[in-house]
Amino acid sequence: MNEVFARGPSLFVRLAIILVLSLGAMIVDTKVANFATARTYLNSMVSPLQYIANLPGAMLSWSADRFSSRQTLLKNNEKLTNQVTLMSEQLQRFRILEQENKNLRKLLDAPVRDSMHKMITELMAVDTSPYSHQIVINKGALDGVFLSQSVLDDSGIVGQISEVGTTNSRVLLISDVTHAIPVRIERNNVRFIAVGDGSLDSLQLQHVPHSADIEEGDILVSSGLGEVFPEGYPVGTITKIIRNESRPFAEVTATPFAKLDRIKYLLLLWPQETAPAGAIAPNTILTDAIPPEDLEEKQ
Amino acid sequence: MKLNQTLIPASIIVAFILQIMPMPASIDVYRPDWLLLLLCYWTMALPNRVGVGATAICGVVLDVLYGTSLGVHSFAMVIPVYLVAANYQRFRNYSVVQQAIMIFILSMLYHMLVYWLQYWLTGVQFRFEFLWPVITSVFLWPWLFWFLRRYRRLFRVT
Repeated sequence: MNEVFARGPSLFVRLAIILVLSLGAMIVDTKVANFATARTYLNSMVSPLQYIANLPGAMLSWSADRFSSRQTLLKNNEKLTNQVTLMSEQLQRFRILEQENKNLRKLLDAPVRDSMHKMITELMAVDTSPYSHQIVINKGALDGVFLSQSVLDDSGIVGQISEVGTTNSRVLLISDVTHAIPVRIERNNVRFIAVGDGSLDSLQLQHVPHSADIEEGDILVSSGLGEVFPEGYPVGTITKIIRNESRPFAEVTATPFAKLDRIKYLLLLWPQETAPAGAIAPNTILTDAIPPEDLEEKQ
Repeated sequence: MKLNQTLIPASIIVAFILQIMPMPASIDVYRPDWLLLLLCYWTMALPNRVGVGATAICGVVLDVLYGTSLGVHSFAMVIPVYLVAANYQRFRNYSVVQQAIMIFILSMLYHMLVYWLQYWLTGVQFRFEFLWPVITSVFLWPWLFWFLRRYRRLFRVT
């Protein structure tokens, strides 16, 4: 029914009410810590939309998997076999080193470092808003995901879980402006804090004195301080140092190792005590970890 | 009658999906403001059905989908939609080119509001890449306008 005369409060009053309510919601959402649980419910409510939005991409990659030619499959197979051979050779040496390191730590009475349980997860959606770098992954509270869990890709730290839903969860990337990660330089153990600057391929080191022993090409690894990220995972490499003496601190830029703009598969890490049943234990031989039905399908 | 009620929500859901569909990072910066354009169209064509109230609800849903603080997008979208709702008769009589210019201003306002609110909440740095969607939205508007008018007349949405 078309109405000539509008009913209810005038347009301007409605606008004013909505603006005030929005501002109130913003303040409550940022300042009240317990609001995170409410957001979990809201996320679960809108997750069907995310699944639908993900369908075209999922179908494309499914059809690419099905219709790739025998030639490419053979080529990929050869490449991956070579890679596995090379990596298992490195792994053999690494195992011995790890054992040696454990023994040495025992001699020094230092606590032995536990390896982490892991689980592979897949990207579901990318936050398209340019103001925050977040992604959604397809594992949630049902899989044992917890708040501020570390997320990695095959080359370095990607970020941490910022919101947990029932079947999916949100990851805050290390490049987000609100994210900071404690790091140390691998070469000399100098500690810094790497803060995201809103661009996917750079991080800023904060409060670096001009005299700090830091060079371009230095490798940053997570320092384990702050107790969010486990120690010793690669974060990035230093690409630019500007030592302008008129500024209080040197301006140091690093590039993250993780390919934050082309994420597809990610790893979730669990400490030994809290790992869920589905996670891959650190001491499994990786070729055995693949379920047998997958292998049969591939043969 | 029943079908008629669901056509606008259906178009809004499609706009949500287009808004959050994962894209390669290189194309992603050019993604037009599907939801804002759609709400502007419906507000202009049927101000008795869609207005600031519907926009506020859509904005909150978009905030949940984007993971931004609740209220950022509802605040930023309600103001452009209010301007359309207040001037819908004038807007209807504009040519498509004039409408596209208005869309430029509205979309710019929307992006600046989102930026200001995000700056206030998290202290983000401004980049000109943030304004690419304004340009793509302007070029999308004539096609979207034509398509939605066909849609509205075909299904007699009132």
